[in-house]
Amino acid sequence: MAHSVRRDAPELPDFSLLKRLARDQLIYLLEQLPGRKDLFIEADLMSPLDRIANVTTLKQHDVDKLYKVEHKPIVSTSDQTVRGCFLYPLTNWFLFPDVVNADKAFGRFRRYKIIFSPQKFYACENLLEEQGIFGDVTTDEWSFYLLPLDDDIISLELPEFFRDYFLEGDQRWVRTAGSALHLLHSVYGPFSKVYGIGRCSKMAYESWREQVEEGEQRARQAEIGNVFLIDRDVDLVTPLCSQVVYEGLVDDIFRIKCGCVEFCPDVTSSDKSIKVMLNSQDKVFNEIRNEHFSQVFGFLSQKARNLQTAYDKRSGMDIKQMKTFVSEELKGLKQEHRLLSLHIGASESMMKKKTKQDFQELLKTEHSLLEGFEIRECISYIEEHINRQVSMVESMRLLCLLSLTENGLLPKDYRSLKAQFLQSYGIEHLLTFSNLKQLGLLVEQQPGETLTVMESRVGKLVNDKTAGKLTDAFSSLAKKSNFRALGRRLNLVPKSDEEYDLRVPRDMAYIFSGAYIPLSCKLIEQVLERDGWTGLEEVTRMLNGHEFAVTAGSNGSDARVKTDSQRIILVMFLGGCTFSEISALRFLGREKGLKFIVVTTAITNSARLLESMLDNHA
Amino acid sequence: MLKESKRAVNSIRSLVEEEDEEDDVEKVSWSGEPVGSISWSVKETESSIRSTGEVRDQSFPKIHTAPSLPKNSSGYSLSSLFKGKAKTGSFQSFSESFGDPSIRNYAPELRKPKSEYKDYVSDWTPEETVKRMQQGKVYSLEKFRSLQDKLLLLDEAVNAHDGNVITAVLIYLKKSLSKEILFRELITREIALRHYIHYLKEIGEQKLLVELFKSMDRTEDMALMQYRDHLNVRDENKKRDFLKNCLSFPFSPDDATHVQDHYTLLERQIIIEANDKQVESSGQADIFKKYPRKASILNMPIITTLYYSCFYHYGESDGTFSSPANIRKTFRISDKQFLLTCLGARAKLKAWFDVDALFTTKNWLGYTKKRSPIGFHRIVDILQKNNAPVQVLQDYVNLVEDVEQKISLAQKYKCHDVIINTYRDLKDRQQLIVYRGKVERGSSEYRKIEEILSNSQLRWKN
Repeated sequence: MAHSVRRDAPELPDFSLLKRLARDQLIYLLEQLPGRKDLFIEADLMSPLDRIANVTTLKQHDVDKLYKVEHKPIVSTSDQTVRGCFLYPLTNWFLFPDVVNADKAFGRFRRYKIIFSPQKFYACENLLEEQGIFGDVTTDEWSFYLLPLDDDIISLELPEFFRDYFLEGDQRWVRTAGSALHLLHSVYGPFSKVYGIGRCSKMAYESWREQVEEGEQRARQAEIGNVFLIDRDVDLVTPLCSQVVYEGLVDDIFRIKCGCVEFCPDVTSSDKSIKVMLNSQDKVFNEIRNEHFSQVFGFLSQKARNLQTAYDKRSGMDIKQMKTFVSEELKGLKQEHRLLSLHIGASESMMKKKTKQDFQELLKTEHSLLEGFEIRECISYIEEHINRQVSMVESMRLLCLLSLTENGLLPKDYRSLKAQFLQSYGIEHLLTFSNLKQLGLLVEQQPGETLTVMESRVGKLVNDKTAGKLTDAFSSLAKKSNFRALGRRLNLVPKSDEEYDLRVPRDMAYIFSGAYIPLSCKLIEQVLERDGWTGLEEVTRMLNGHEFAVTAGSNGSDARVKTDSQRIILVMFLGGCTFSEISALRFLGREKGLKFIVVTTAITNSARLLESMLDNHA
Repeated sequence: MLKESKRAVNSIRSLVEEEDEEDDVEKVSWSGEPVGSISWSVKETESSIRSTGEVRDQSFPKIHTAPSLPKNSSGYSLSSLFKGKAKTGSFQSFSESFGDPSIRNYAPELRKPKSEYKDYVSDWTPEETVKRMQQGKVYSLEKFRSLQDKLLLLDEAVNAHDGNVITAVLIYLKKSLSKEILFRELITREIALRHYIHYLKEIGEQKLLVELFKSMDRTEDMALMQYRDHLNVRDENKKRDFLKNCLSFPFSPDDATHVQDHYTLLERQIIIEANDKQVESSGQADIFKKYPRKASILNMPIITTLYYSCFYHYGESDGTFSSPANIRKTFRISDKQFLLTCLGARAKLKAWFDVDALFTTKNWLGYTKKRSPIGFHRIVDILQKNNAPVQVLQDYVNLVEDVEQKISLAQKYKCHDVIINTYRDLKDRQQLIVYRGKVERGSSEYRKIEEILSNSQLRWKN
């Protein structure tokens, strides 16, 4: 193998195919209902639908009018109503039977169809049956599993995954994840290696494997060679950190939805807000998305100067040159100008917001927590944050970070902080605390470290398999994050006394100003480097195990040729991943000559993650 | 494009039809074979990417997927009879039992001619049934009538890791078993139990859920579950009564205190709201005229209520419900918290005298002194955010202990007197001269610096 020149990272597969597949299936479903019909679309499904089909496409298939699902009697002239429902939440479409029954009361008999995406559940059908409208309403499903958000990001658009699986313990999305993998495997596979960690990853792997066995296999050239599956709860610290890489920061502040962000008038310096697609097509964005925020301003102003120079070229031009300039360059320059002013506006607005909330002090506290340094000061900072009724989610985020990094709060701190939190933000957050505890995000330390002692003692006595089960049992009693030990073991927190040059990042820690290498990404790096989990036994033990590394075919596969596909790694996050993690993986890819494709159940960040823990949405 | 999609669609259709022919048992189809059809249409549209590479063994190995939580063996569980060595509580023993010929006997003969198929519909094993449910094929649960069969089916669904199927089986069990039996069996099946709880939550079967928790002695969960319902009560009086009713629920001791607070809080808010609304509309009190209330105080957090009370009811006697002192005492608000909130409210009203009084303490000799449970630099920050004038700010900047911090704050907020006096006290002539360069020539602070610098009695250190 030539190690003199590091090969360029391979080309990414073309994921637009996935969009076409989804669209084709939707069209097929619409054609199953001949004649004109109205389409009702659940709000959550709007943006994803926009990415794959437009109104014209729908109209071509006899869709008369488009409505947003609102739970009130349908006023529609069409006698057929196709309802697009973004799956469950049962609570949301619980009222659907009323709609049908109201129609009946009026003596109207419309034909209804509910199309569930990406799949239907027996519980939904059961409800229709119980309500006596099974039959009046027919159901179907639109297997819209995967939405490519960018060249290297594919989303399942299932933000509910996190709560459903990790909090409620409902495995309804496990097979969905397996099916999504199966789809990717049959279009871009066959995969040759699968690594993973986490209970859900294991189950998703099994579900996928079964589906592969059920279907037929075709031999084709693989475009994606390796797969890494990871459960979100393997690393809950990373998504709770403030994002400081441009794309992540934009997501934290403006919330990117389905690859699209709405910039408020503050940013656009006009009287209206505009929606902007944020992806690699945006040349300016593409260059700054992975940069630490402190570097972005410098970059943008350099860019602005270049642009000025390009414009200035005009002054010395004759007519002919001017003509060429206008026809060839001007459009591009104008486009760039527009993008540039947009991102400068966004940066300024973010700066303003962040200075107002004393961002520096906040980051300092976060970094202290990650380092395990001056914890008492951190606690009083959090306390004051709560006392002053600053953003509730922020307070909760800091509390959770404290608990995760410190293996739980001391009982007296827990009680006092909880009481103050309830006083400041409302007593109904008792329910939130119960959820956070259940998930292990915010817990009280167990008196004494008896559990650990017992665990390790028992662990030594019995064999591995049983030890794994015991760990499960213990973890259900006290979900421990072991963050400090993991940090030491994997060198996640670099020494703070060294200067970190953010212009020339030396490792993935740059995404958190050099203070912390995201655990999730570090694990991926380590496993790829070692081609498995060998040597990481202690780490996996602290992460409650459930790691695996499997190779396709039991024989002869070792001799296969090293192709580009082997350097394309699909990383699937079950429970969501952040833009910062994606940036870190892009960095890792550049360093190692690899390309990462991120498949996630949804793009997440601290606010989304914590908001999904709130129970007051009655 | 359209042509392409048409073609793809047509191909899907032919595929679906093909399947229907093949298996005429399936009258209802779970939309065919979704993934299959997609990959099929991919084959059509993207024939270019297909290559006839070498066919190698692409199958992946099975991995051990442990259930989320170990099952405790239950003395009651009939299923344990089935599970052989089930005392260790692993589902493996269950699948092992399939190796047992006596059980295999009742597996269907799958190679019967198609025409006879229908007669055997109900003979699918739990494993086959679960598989069919996963694939969206026709299935039947009616034949699972004995408790053992039902539980076998449930365990099989759990082993398949498909929440959709687990819930479907649970719905069947809910309909066909008495709740006592179902609850009892669920105790030892944590995964199924969590699906059941989630299902009941989603369809809003509150009562059943409460019974379930009760039967499992999960009293705290039960209490919280019932408490949660207050969110659905709109009317404040009904909500108060609801919360009062909650007081008897078996919360943990800490939570019980919080729920008590919740009730007390709403009770008081109702009284305050009624009173203030009346006062405001009658136009009796200046404060409401000057600062009309923006929203009702109902359902606001304790601290917001305290802020409100410091804003509109400052100085009322301790006895009244709406007085800050009373709220402070009732809800055990810490000194620090009380001060922060009170400060915010009085500063907002620009009641600087009240602000001053907050920090003033008298010692036994009658001298006054300013004290604060939080650093004065914080106080300055809060006052500044409430647009306090320099005259007010400088008093507090002066109280900052750390000299460097004091000077930097003073510079930030342009408290000249503080800076000048501090340098003077430090006998730092150099800094004072530097500072003279920063202030406006001829201004009062300029003159003050000149005066000090020309004072011959001062002994400068530099």
